[in-house]
Amino acid sequence: MIKRLQPFLALIGLVTGPFLWAQHENGHEGHAHQESHAEEGLIEGLEEEAGFDPSPFIMHHVADAYDIHLWGEGESAVHIPLPVILYSEGRGLHVFMSSAFHGHGDERHAVMEDGTEYVLSHGHISLVGDHSGHDHGGEHIMDLSITKSVFGMLFIMALLVFLFGRAAASYKKRPGQAPTGLTNALEPLVVFVRDDIAVPSLGEKKAQKFLPFLLTVFFFILFANLLGLIPFIGGFNITGTVGITMVMATFVFLLTTLNGNKHYWGHLFWPPGVPIFVMPIIIPIEIVGMFLKPIVLMIRLTANITAGHIIILSFVSLILIFGESSAVAGYGVGIFSTLFMIFMYCIELLVAFLQAFIFTLLAAIYFGEATHEAHH
Amino acid sequence: MELLTILLEIGQGLAGLGAGAAAIGAGLGVGRIGGSALEAMARQPEMAGDLRTNMIIAAALVEGVALFGAIICLLVALG
Repeated sequence: MIKRLQPFLALIGLVTGPFLWAQHENGHEGHAHQESHAEEGLIEGLEEEAGFDPSPFIMHHVADAYDIHLWGEGESAVHIPLPVILYSEGRGLHVFMSSAFHGHGDERHAVMEDGTEYVLSHGHISLVGDHSGHDHGGEHIMDLSITKSVFGMLFIMALLVFLFGRAAASYKKRPGQAPTGLTNALEPLVVFVRDDIAVPSLGEKKAQKFLPFLLTVFFFILFANLLGLIPFIGGFNITGTVGITMVMATFVFLLTTLNGNKHYWGHLFWPPGVPIFVMPIIIPIEIVGMFLKPIVLMIRLTANITAGHIIILSFVSLILIFGESSAVAGYGVGIFSTLFMIFMYCIELLVAFLQAFIFTLLAAIYFGEATHEAHH
Repeated sequence: MELLTILLEIGQGLAGLGAGAAAIGAGLGVGRIGGSALEAMARQPEMAGDLRTNMIIAAALVEGVALFGAIICLLVALG
């Protein structure tokens, strides 16, 4: 039901968004624009920014952040602050909320109780020298902050533990009976992963061994993708963050390599049935391929999810760019942009599922290759 | 220095072209995979499930290469 409503929520947001923005701009400017109409306020608001540049706008929404940005710009923006955890050899450990960063614009500063000053500029936190004139001090900071993506990741983990914990409890409570409610919603997906992904590529016996990993990865990616598609909650881009997909791809690589049997390594270092003079070409390719597989796994997921976000944001930018020249053009383009955005939302819902499926399927196929028994 | 900035500008423009070229290649590849899979499914509907899975795997592999291209173009354009 929520999935079905998403495009409509997006539509409502788009239609009402400019009006809210216009009112906000009016309120912000105080008496100067009080008498102007909402549309004029919108145009003036845009002109104040001296030309709308879509590139930083899109990057700001796609990139990771130290707080969850709900709506608004500049000082009146509504943020949910997240904890910032910084450690450096000289200054020790500092834990504070990201709302401690004051000011707005490119550089925001936060001063600790012991006088240490941090500066947040272009999405990176660095130290400010002890008022000794050194800018941004040279010291290396270990940044362990709970950023937007980390928060989203933890949220998804908690959600999965909660959902599947309840589903498991319901199986215990009603053994042998048809599933109901939540369990009923999750069971088809679990059965899908088992029967359409794990068993065909691994075989009945080995599927049981790898199913826990495959199910975890599948549901984590699926839920993270869907969380990223819910509008107005800060635009999470969890699976579009390289760090997170890299960890998942590393696990796939480790599991493949550690479970590789004699047959797998034999195929890798001395492919059977290949003429000797081709070996110098084949063997390096096989070895590079071994590392390339998880890398492509990582890039595919990251790029697909990020690209989906960028496309949707580009349609928003299009409205703002045309709105700069005239209100009529803005609203005219807005209608078509919105329709295209709804279309893209539907595609992204498909992609959210498809990418979870592909990642799990390819992982299962790699495991299957590694554990395949010789039969010739 | 002047020449270098101009060359960088041109390079950024070409990055866009590169992304387009990657999309053309991926489009051709995925289109062919999808077309062939549909043909095969029409001939042998009982194999549709197997064919669909293999189609998606092949499409994902093609897409992976295209995304490599797109990522490199993005790095050039932003770097």
